[in-house]
Amino acid sequence: MSPSPPPIRSFWRTFRRNRMGMVGAVMLILAVLMAVFAPVLAPYNPYQPTRVTIDDIYAPPSPEHPFGTDDAGKDVLSSFIYGARVSLIVGFFASFISIFIGGVIGISAGFYGGKLENGLMRFTDIMLVIPDFPLIVLLVALTKPNLLNIILVIGLLGWTSSARLVRSQTLSVKQRKFVLRARAIGAGNFHIIRRHIFPLVLPLIVVNTVLVISLAVLNESALSFLGLSDPTKISWGQMLNFAFTRGAMSAGAWWALVAPGLGIVWLVLSCTLLGQGLEQVLNPRLETHHLSVGSKMVARMMGIKETPAIGD
Amino acid sequence: MSPIVQVTHLRKLFPVKKSGLFDRNETFVHAVDDVSFTVGRGEVLAVVGESGCGKSTLALTLMGLERPTSGVIQIDGQNIATLNGKEMQVVRRHVQMIFQDPYESLNPIMTIADIVAEPLKVHGLVKNKQERQERVIRALEDAGLKPAVNFMHRLPQELSGGQRQRVVIAGALVLEPELLIADEPVSMLDVSIRAEILNLLLELRQTRGISIVMITHDLGTVGYVADRIAVMYLGRLVEIGPALQVLQQPQHPYTRALLSVVPVPNPRQRRERVILQGETPNPINLPPGCRFHPRCPVARPHCQQHDPQLRLVPVGHEVACLEVTPKELS
Repeated sequence: MSPSPPPIRSFWRTFRRNRMGMVGAVMLILAVLMAVFAPVLAPYNPYQPTRVTIDDIYAPPSPEHPFGTDDAGKDVLSSFIYGARVSLIVGFFASFISIFIGGVIGISAGFYGGKLENGLMRFTDIMLVIPDFPLIVLLVALTKPNLLNIILVIGLLGWTSSARLVRSQTLSVKQRKFVLRARAIGAGNFHIIRRHIFPLVLPLIVVNTVLVISLAVLNESALSFLGLSDPTKISWGQMLNFAFTRGAMSAGAWWALVAPGLGIVWLVLSCTLLGQGLEQVLNPRLETHHLSVGSKMVARMMGIKETPAIGD
Repeated sequence: MSPIVQVTHLRKLFPVKKSGLFDRNETFVHAVDDVSFTVGRGEVLAVVGESGCGKSTLALTLMGLERPTSGVIQIDGQNIATLNGKEMQVVRRHVQMIFQDPYESLNPIMTIADIVAEPLKVHGLVKNKQERQERVIRALEDAGLKPAVNFMHRLPQELSGGQRQRVVIAGALVLEPELLIADEPVSMLDVSIRAEILNLLLELRQTRGISIVMITHDLGTVGYVADRIAVMYLGRLVEIGPALQVLQQPQHPYTRALLSVVPVPNPRQRRERVILQGETPNPINLPPGCRFHPRCPVARPHCQQHDPQLRLVPVGHEVACLEVTPKELS
């Protein structure tokens, strides 16, 4: 008998074979690298004031400006590269806030049950039925739209679905016999949550975090598009907003819209793919998400078994 | 010496959800109803009964995992209902439980060493890693997992059912308990492994003087392990006595019916089988009088009126049946 590999390594071995998850991971890593090395990658610094002539406004893509220029004559590529920073910062931090609140509420409601659960879940329901986005818009508009406020508002309103998911997972873990065994040993609630409940809810939390990132990115872009962005920071939503409101359409400057739009799609897609890939690996019972298209699903639809081709 | 467990008039009722908002009548499931028995030191008591008769509730109540509705449980002479949290922890250390399902009772993401060491950590019993390691190894080897180092860094799913049950037993042994409560410890295992686990339990009794309360529905193996047998029906004890006596001279019609359907190895040996009629009555609406009378082959009208208590009968054990003449007290 050889010792079993540590969980991390065996996880990586399965995950590596998950094409969808790997694509998502690579896409996300590329986006993060682009944001981190923005000063190196961007041909111009979009925060530097530049002298522009009338010809520089909405100039089509050219060797000096591969993605063209915007309404102020600034390089779209540089703004695009710097804009990834805001989306990622908001995405990550807001989703951490959401998942932290959702996790704490979900685990305590599921584990303790009774009145506490009732209270917490009714509160969650109330938060769940309030339309998120209008409230986010309202709160950001009432407070100063700076990066911190945007992160807080998106994070503090985005935890409801996580709380419900975590609670249901906690309920099912709580029913398992090893929790009863821990009680029989004499373990207290805190010990049981830390050693038995949390580690088994964690995979769900990780998956959920990744999926919530994409939601937060979308929310941030939508806010910026509505003009509720931090005016001192370039973001993709803000670029879209400027292009949209400052005549890019009538000028035919499609590049000013396409670049930030694709950026948002890229980020959201990467998080969704990664999240679903993780879900499949961490929760093998799901095997294939009903929305994902993998080789297994194609094979199943065609009614054929996955067999190596003849001559392989 | 005082018995390790003394249970007197133990009752555990579970309230049933009311059917409607205005339903005022609260109803209860009578899981354990007025049960009294003792377990001597170093003794193996088997509690036998069909599913739903309250065996497992009895086990959980003994463990202090369910609060008794009424009655007293004394462990080591201490009434566990009156203990505070700290004192209860001390009692817990001496009473450990083995669960029925070794596939479910181990946390799938903890290594065997972590699982066995968990009770030590919870009770803060060891000071350093090395001592903990030593005790874990000793417990694993006592439970028959030798050499222990081969198992310590594995996950439960890498072990067979029998090995997992040994891990569960090791996790109970690591605290060096005086009493083990085994809730159907072998029912989920292959027949070939059952004997091994039962032998292990008996060996522990021999070497450590551990008392065991074994909950089971398997009358075939019970004679092999138990010193005394308690037969339970619908939350009541109907017969309790020395194992051989109960098995060879069952007095209660329910025990007789149970024993008559246990397969015997000799095909030539013909026996009369008593097949019980009907279903077990609903434990929410119990029949009046003797609980067994609706299914009893020897029931008479007075069985519907009087609820029999355990009485000493001539063969020397206790039976709760109106049709069995009690021993004359001289």
